[in-house]
Amino acid sequence: MTILKNFAAAVLVGGAALAGATVAQAQDYPTRQITMIVPFAAGGPTDVVARLVGEQMSKTLGQPIIIENVVGAGGTTGATRAARAANDGYTIIMGHMGTHAASQALYPKLAYDPRSDFEPIALINGAAIVVLAKKDFPPKNLKEFVEYVKKNESSVNQAHAGVGAVSYITCGLLNGVIGINPVGVPFQGTGPAMNALVGGQVDYMCDQITNVVGQVKAGTIKAYAIATPERNASLPDVPTTTEAGLPGYQTTAWNALFAPKGTPPALVAKLNAAAAKALDDEKVIARMKDLGNDIPKPEMRTPAALGNLVKDEVDKWKKFLKPVG
Amino acid sequence: MQEILSNLALGFSVAASPVNLGLCLVGALVGTLVGVLPGIGTIATVAMLLPITFGLPPVGALIMLAGIYYGAQYGGSTTSILVNIPGEAGSVVTALDGHAMAKKGRAGPALAIAAIGSFFAGCVATVLIALLGAPLTKLALAFGPAEYFSLMVLGLIFAVVLAKGSVLKAIAMIVLGLLLSMVGSDIETGASRMAFNIPELADGLGFATVAMGLFGFAEIIRNLDAGSATNRDLVQDKVTGLMPTAKDLKESAPAIVRGTALGSILGILPGGGAVIASFAAYTLEKKISKNPRSFGHGNIRGVAGPESANNAAAQTSFIPLLTLGIPPNAVMALMVGAMTIHGIIPGPQVMQKQPELVWGMIASMWLGNLMLLIINLPLVGIWVRLLRVPYRLMFPSIVVFCAIGIYSVNNAPTDVVLAGIFGLLGYWLIKHDFEPAPLLLGMVLGPLMEENLRRAMLIARGDASVYFWRCVQPAGQRLPSGDIAALTFGDYAKGCISPMLLLLSFVLIVIAILPSIRSKRDEVFVEES
Repeated sequence: MTILKNFAAAVLVGGAALAGATVAQAQDYPTRQITMIVPFAAGGPTDVVARLVGEQMSKTLGQPIIIENVVGAGGTTGATRAARAANDGYTIIMGHMGTHAASQALYPKLAYDPRSDFEPIALINGAAIVVLAKKDFPPKNLKEFVEYVKKNESSVNQAHAGVGAVSYITCGLLNGVIGINPVGVPFQGTGPAMNALVGGQVDYMCDQITNVVGQVKAGTIKAYAIATPERNASLPDVPTTTEAGLPGYQTTAWNALFAPKGTPPALVAKLNAAAAKALDDEKVIARMKDLGNDIPKPEMRTPAALGNLVKDEVDKWKKFLKPVG
Repeated sequence: MQEILSNLALGFSVAASPVNLGLCLVGALVGTLVGVLPGIGTIATVAMLLPITFGLPPVGALIMLAGIYYGAQYGGSTTSILVNIPGEAGSVVTALDGHAMAKKGRAGPALAIAAIGSFFAGCVATVLIALLGAPLTKLALAFGPAEYFSLMVLGLIFAVVLAKGSVLKAIAMIVLGLLLSMVGSDIETGASRMAFNIPELADGLGFATVAMGLFGFAEIIRNLDAGSATNRDLVQDKVTGLMPTAKDLKESAPAIVRGTALGSILGILPGGGAVIASFAAYTLEKKISKNPRSFGHGNIRGVAGPESANNAAAQTSFIPLLTLGIPPNAVMALMVGAMTIHGIIPGPQVMQKQPELVWGMIASMWLGNLMLLIINLPLVGIWVRLLRVPYRLMFPSIVVFCAIGIYSVNNAPTDVVLAGIFGLLGYWLIKHDFEPAPLLLGMVLGPLMEENLRRAMLIARGDASVYFWRCVQPAGQRLPSGDIAALTFGDYAKGCISPMLLLLSFVLIVIAILPSIRSKRDEVFVEES
């Protein structure tokens, strides 16, 4: 009995000490370096954004932010690792539309749920999606494109960078909105897919603006429309999908910061403030513009706004994407 | 011509500035030192060191990255020759004769000829990029899925020739390699194949994991076998000259030239061309040699040819990146990442808009190769001295470095365990005279072949004639109207790449099978009794 009592007392004292530690932790946080998991390869679009924002955030927080690239399985390997990491605020993840939304629709047996296994920190950026085609594809504008692919559904080829890639997800939505189910030709990454589009071996593709500006400007491929409400300064001549007659197709490739479930709200608030401040930095704004990225408005940078975005996006992709085996 | 000269002059004025020269040197040195660690190939090295270039100006960053790339490549060859652990597909071939030379006490000449061959290949490829970069881009675009598939078929046939023992066992190893390559996700549907619900297997088996196991760990287990350890110590006493003799140089010179030519062409092809370069060169050397039996037992041509091809391909693989702005392989994709981090949007216009960047990089390629030669020839002595370290000290360090290397590729502990399992498998294979090299090549070529087969079939809606008929199709379509004469050479050439490659594969098989030339084949594939 005494043993049990002592044990209970020890648990109580321990619990109190832990709670005390959490309070102290929130005030001093961070006292050591923070690991930011990027679930994609170094140099990719998400990695570039993570390094840019991470550098500014570490200046605000007074501790270095180390980027760890954990690649594999369309980013879900890194996201799984982040979901299982200690929720002490020293491990965060730069997730994106795939890892923290579309993956729910694609992989029903996924080891994590972005809605319940993470604490949202802040939305970081959105890269506009552009509808592209090989340069001698007959349709001249988006309207003709829609008619053409409807009529030739059985013979057109759509390229994508592999199941789960941004190009796969976003063109899946385009096909869904138009109401077609064309042959999708998979490539290992955006580079080879772009090579095939420039070489004329495939007909059309959807991709992030960052990856396509150079090719579109050089005229090696053509861009029909950009799937955002406003035109983009990097490609000012490309109309929006609304202007071009397909208002139902709206999507951006977004990146956002998350912490493992149970990370104390005080720490999330600190991280959120640092991220929001980084997005107001002139250097960050200029570089994001160079890359054709949109920076979210202040009201979209809160944890709550990101939480809602993730819920909406998961529902949206579940409607348009079929699960893969 | 005038324009190219002025472009090159611009390039050298950028690359030869003291700062950029220093960055190039540091890059090549750091790349060599990291690349020499077993298990860390060029992709892993570049990925690991990429962040250190972020603080530099764009031109400096790219010059340093290019230096790291060449350094890592050469460092990988060093490991293959000294301890028989290839860090990537290209070095597998170097390990065959390079390590055999090292066992005979000729590690010095093997390392030196690799450096000299690479330097020559680098010089030629740099000139090629400057002169013909833009027109050669067309070749990269002409290669569609059907052409790649045919190229991979040819590549698999080359893989058989790598075997120095039984041809039947070599084929068995290739097939096993193909099977291993199918572990992972189906490219078209994303469905999991042979992954046993292990999340770490979702992307398939890593090359480094399997190579470390089959070559590195298996070799260590075998060396620790009773009796072999003494052999091992004998190697260290045999070390003779450090530099190649005049006879070595004379023998290697033609192999270097042939390797450079093959590598330069294959390197331009995005997605897999460069992989085939080194062993296409090896096959060529073995085929035209008067003494094919000596290959696999320390023939210096077996090092000179593939190493030159490897480096030439590494160099010309920059062409699609520089002219099209499209990264042809994983290393180039990292380079694109470095560009975007600096706010340079890659595309076909980079060459016109930022000539100092592109030509500075081209010039730095040549300088990088020169630096590698300067760094590595004196280092040969140090590397060879490493072989004198007693084996009881050497093998634990190799195991530790291998484990670190494998872990750092994906930051995944599972990979280290898998490499251990492949080490046991490799030991069993060595004991039963199965060679690991064809298995590794089957594993590298397998996914490329499967993906391109399925892409070609998807695009052709299952019509297998896509591999053959496109060659005569242009003429066939015009036959009714009779204006065949209007067709240009290019119209034919584009469609005929695939059938030509398949025809070449077929011819190679026939040569290997026909009884009339059987005596010659027996020289190439010695059936062990």
